[in-house]
Amino acid sequence: MTKLNITVDGEVHDDDVEPRTLLVHYLRDVVGKTGTNVGCDTSNCGACTVHLDGRSVKSCTVLAVQADGATVDTIEGLADPSTNGDPTAGWHPLQKAFHTEHGLQCGYCTPGMIMAAADLLKENPDPSEDEVRHGLEGNLCRCTGYVNIVKAVRTAAAEMRGEEVSA
Amino acid sequence: MIPASFEYVRANSIEEAIGALQEHGDEAKLLAGGHSLLPLMKLRLAAPEVIVDLGRVDALRGVCETDDGRLAIGAMTSHQDVIDDDLVRQHCGVLADVTAHVGDAQVRHRGTIGGALAHGDAASDLPAALLALDGSVIAQGPNGRREIPASELFVDYLTTALNDDEVVVEVRVPKLDGDWGWRYEKFSRVAQAWAIVGALGIVKRSNGSIEDARVGLTNMGTVPVRAAAVEQALNGNGTDAIADAAQQAAEGTDAPGDLNATPEFRQHLARVLTRRALEAAAG
Amino acid sequence: MTAVDTPPSANVGVTKLRKEDAHLVTGRTSWTDNLKLPGMLHVAFVRSPMAHAKVTGVDVSAALEQPGVVAAFSGADLVDNWSGGLPCAWPVTEDMKSPTHLPLATDEVRHVGDAVAVVVARSRYQAADAVEFVEVDYDPLPAVVDMEAALADGSDLADTSLDSNKSFTWQKIDGDIDAAFDGAAHVTTRRFINQRLIPTAIEPRAVVCAPPRETRETTLWSATQVPHILRLMLALTCGVPEHELRVVAPDVGGGFGSKLNVYAEEAVCLVLARKLGQPVKWTESRSEGYQATIHGRDQIQDVSLAFNQDATLRGMKVELLADMGAYLQLVTPGVPLLGAFMFNAIYKMDALSFTCHGIFTNKTPTDAYRGAGRPEATFAIERLIDEAANELGMEPFELRERNWIKHEEFPYTTIAGIEYDSGNYEAATAKAKELFGYDDLRREQQERRDRGDKVQLGIGISTFTEMCGLAPSRVLGSLSYGAGGWEHASVRMLPSGKVEVITGTSPHGQGHVTAWSQIAADALGVPYEDVEVRHGDTAVAHKGMDTYGSRSLVVGGYAVQSACDKVVAKAKRVAAHLLEASEDDIEFEAGTFSVRGSPDASKTIQDTALAIFAAHDYPEDMEPSLDSDATVDPENFSYPHGTHLCATEVDTETGQVTIRSYVAVDDVGKVINPQIVEGQVHGGIAQGVAQALYEEAVYDADGNLSTGSLLDYYVPSAADLPHFQTDRTETPATTNPLGVKGVGEAGTIASTPAVINAVVDALRPMGVNDVRMPASPRNVWEAIQAANGGAA
Repeated sequence: MTKLNITVDGEVHDDDVEPRTLLVHYLRDVVGKTGTNVGCDTSNCGACTVHLDGRSVKSCTVLAVQADGATVDTIEGLADPSTNGDPTAGWHPLQKAFHTEHGLQCGYCTPGMIMAAADLLKENPDPSEDEVRHGLEGNLCRCTGYVNIVKAVRTAAAEMRGEEVSA
Repeated sequence: MIPASFEYVRANSIEEAIGALQEHGDEAKLLAGGHSLLPLMKLRLAAPEVIVDLGRVDALRGVCETDDGRLAIGAMTSHQDVIDDDLVRQHCGVLADVTAHVGDAQVRHRGTIGGALAHGDAASDLPAALLALDGSVIAQGPNGRREIPASELFVDYLTTALNDDEVVVEVRVPKLDGDWGWRYEKFSRVAQAWAIVGALGIVKRSNGSIEDARVGLTNMGTVPVRAAAVEQALNGNGTDAIADAAQQAAEGTDAPGDLNATPEFRQHLARVLTRRALEAAAG
Repeated sequence: MTAVDTPPSANVGVTKLRKEDAHLVTGRTSWTDNLKLPGMLHVAFVRSPMAHAKVTGVDVSAALEQPGVVAAFSGADLVDNWSGGLPCAWPVTEDMKSPTHLPLATDEVRHVGDAVAVVVARSRYQAADAVEFVEVDYDPLPAVVDMEAALADGSDLADTSLDSNKSFTWQKIDGDIDAAFDGAAHVTTRRFINQRLIPTAIEPRAVVCAPPRETRETTLWSATQVPHILRLMLALTCGVPEHELRVVAPDVGGGFGSKLNVYAEEAVCLVLARKLGQPVKWTESRSEGYQATIHGRDQIQDVSLAFNQDATLRGMKVELLADMGAYLQLVTPGVPLLGAFMFNAIYKMDALSFTCHGIFTNKTPTDAYRGAGRPEATFAIERLIDEAANELGMEPFELRERNWIKHEEFPYTTIAGIEYDSGNYEAATAKAKELFGYDDLRREQQERRDRGDKVQLGIGISTFTEMCGLAPSRVLGSLSYGAGGWEHASVRMLPSGKVEVITGTSPHGQGHVTAWSQIAADALGVPYEDVEVRHGDTAVAHKGMDTYGSRSLVVGGYAVQSACDKVVAKAKRVAAHLLEASEDDIEFEAGTFSVRGSPDASKTIQDTALAIFAAHDYPEDMEPSLDSDATVDPENFSYPHGTHLCATEVDTETGQVTIRSYVAVDDVGKVINPQIVEGQVHGGIAQGVAQALYEEAVYDADGNLSTGSLLDYYVPSAADLPHFQTDRTETPATTNPLGVKGVGEAGTIASTPAVINAVVDALRPMGVNDVRMPASPRNVWEAIQAANGGAA
């Protein structure tokens, strides 16, 4: 077992793990962050995408021990928790836009898709349709055909730039 | 989905990593970004007994200029950091452009240049680029450092000239100063898949003709290859020679056959993509 | 699109943002794999690495010695736990052959991935490790992988207990087929290969089972589309009394047919939990699922059309070889037979001959995959019509228009004997052509052809219909299907005026909670927010036939409407009683009962709910209840249709196909929620495009799955697909009170031929008249080479 110190969604965790523990299994099975999903075993689908020290990574292809000392942010930490009451009030613009633009159906790819998109928008606050499509090439969705995901990312980008979001 | 158990060694320096490799021999594997090794371990196609993690060796990250006028890129520099690096963009933009074709965004955030090259996969994008650039890697072992030119690095399928107790510490590429153009034509089934064939054309233009042409081919054999015949046919000629020269792109290659392409189709693609890459590079 | 503020009486037909989304976008989900129960053990399966072999020995003793291992069983160890094999609910002929399919193989494995043993450990990592210590001795047998070879005399057998590889031959002949072809002025014949696909719902399958504790009830959670069917079938397979088994489908991450089944892992987990007295969990890895979860399609289609001199259709002949794989799963043999009603599609003809041979091979079983039988049929007819048009020298639309059912001819009984209730192919086509810029693209195509461009433009047409909304129970019975096609709903007015809707459908992304809320809100005249919809748990939704075959709205939504209508009828009696008026004088609008001519005298439906709860004063001849159930059995299938147009750019040097534009005009009748409908169409098109361009499950000659993971099985990402432009025409269904038609599969059914027709159209000047799917660069390039006589 190897000692681990990780900050997950703002909370510090000290755990002993087997070195082979994948970060996604650490998050799901040890920390209880089941918002992050596993959709494949070949680093293709992106369902497990989280932020590791601020950058999007596939947490199925990172050992938990590689994240020792690091900060991990998951879908569960994305919304602002301070606004209780209205459940949507604290949502990140991407969470709002996926909802308003119907960018999800079954929702299984959604956490990874949103986390990948959040990093994309940090790098490129005003992506074209094509840039969104290529920026999300590491995330598979089987339900939406991506049309509304692309729309949602661009809608969220507009809101984050402070622009009027058209219907 | 679940790797087999292993002993985990976290190296805090290059020397510690080499020491661990010496101690465990071929039972040990170096872990850089993990994006070549961990997928194999998860499918249990690889089950090393010892993993030596280079993640804490900060000396292996970053880009600098060398005294002999090249760029030295730390082996643990992530693909994304290569793409974003000012020195790389200024002096060897082709490397940044090819690296942008590696995997997907998440993979580029974790995968490293040294890891990708040490894996030695002829189907991945960087080996052919290093070859076309006449780049090299610096390997460090118990007896110190040595430079391995790309032309000698890739020995066979997933096999490099690195010894079991050596660590890739640096990647060296030339500064392409002058009137250089380039284009990487990556041809794949879907955006995140490996190249069926990739053709990297790099051209130095001078007075309307081609002074220096380089062509690196991805996935045209067990190792990455240069299309030497094409290069020779072009050097000193005008861009109108590209179409004919590119016809020789498959010469000397050993194209594999698989579900995506017969060897014959790969050879055909190599010719077409080489022509397109060179025309774009020279244009 | 954003939600529009509307009065509570106008929810249907308006985009309401989904109620389902909040937990999904924030990660507060309840996927089966999220479940963690006290004392829960982890299950891993030992699977055959061989396509076909005798199992001569299984030794689990070394596995039992591994850390954390609690138990391990071979197939033989568990054989007494099965009351029967895994079920096939669709015995399509009386003489259909079906190998016994035990959840764990005992003496013979029949495909790579067939489970032979199981280990149970304290963690999923320990279970995965222990699998490697189970010793299985295999005596290899020849693998049957090619359907045509499988039918040859003296072929090796995919199952040594059978005497041939043919499961069944099913035939249906309508009209005088010989006369249709004998007198034909022109016959167009082709062989099409509809390749094997892997559904790839993004959530892998998972099962958790908890043994009885305080009651005798065993609870099984599964990533399934069919909790109700699963409960019944597991009860039968495992000998567990049905009333002591509860099945829960919690959040389910897509299905597309792959979770419409009764799987070995579900049966094994049920037995293990009861045997060990502890909860167990199994979660599939993706590459494991590619072997253990059903595949789809896989047909060889020989099809012919016979025409008169004036290009009107006389008849169609269809002969199919359909790959069943190694076993008959829940509806495996029935899937290709749905095509018997669909090959004629939107066209009028005098005769249709349909013959299907179901073939066993040593591959993962096939079963329903999005569209199930109708995509195969639609692909063949829409491809064949294009080829016929080319041979007849006609514009492809002209040939279609000459033969399709005209809007004034509905309802129309087709040659296959089913009645299309409504449709307007002309309207959908006109709209699609305009949005697409059809004439401009044809001009550009000609220019590129004239110039001899390396990148050619192709235009593909698909004027499709399909039959869905499974289904009228009597029709299913006539097709030997093992169950009915009804659906159930319960609607309860609570004392506070809020509403609970309980549905027998089991959504996994379709948005039933939202859509059923819209239906109930309008039917009851209550605010949309005041409706909650419950589903997917046999302890809550005690009756249902679940979700598949684009049935949920047309049958399940209909049931919600019917149950609401019954509640309103009850409430009306209560209102009349409270208002001291005759029921005949009570009007109901927007949730309020009023007395005709006395507008001040009124009661809201919520008032009646409270009154009936108190039960102090209510009509003497009724029970004090504002609940109602409805079980509806549809009178007919649902027939959505539409026109899809695709423009492809085909690089004739490399074979690379790029979709330049895609327009879909679908007619799904009345629409409950336009945004959800549009989303269904988008996703459907994407899966159909994926079949056309990217995906194929390939087996090698030894029966190994060469495309065993997402590394080789190319599911397209956003970067690989274009924008889809969608629109609708609206021809209401006449077979249900909502006027709705199914939409879940329409996009998939329509899009595959649209794309391939476009690819072939681009290459037509080069002499190409077919491209094998997927239209990968290799397949396109090889088609060009073949047309050039093999010259490079």
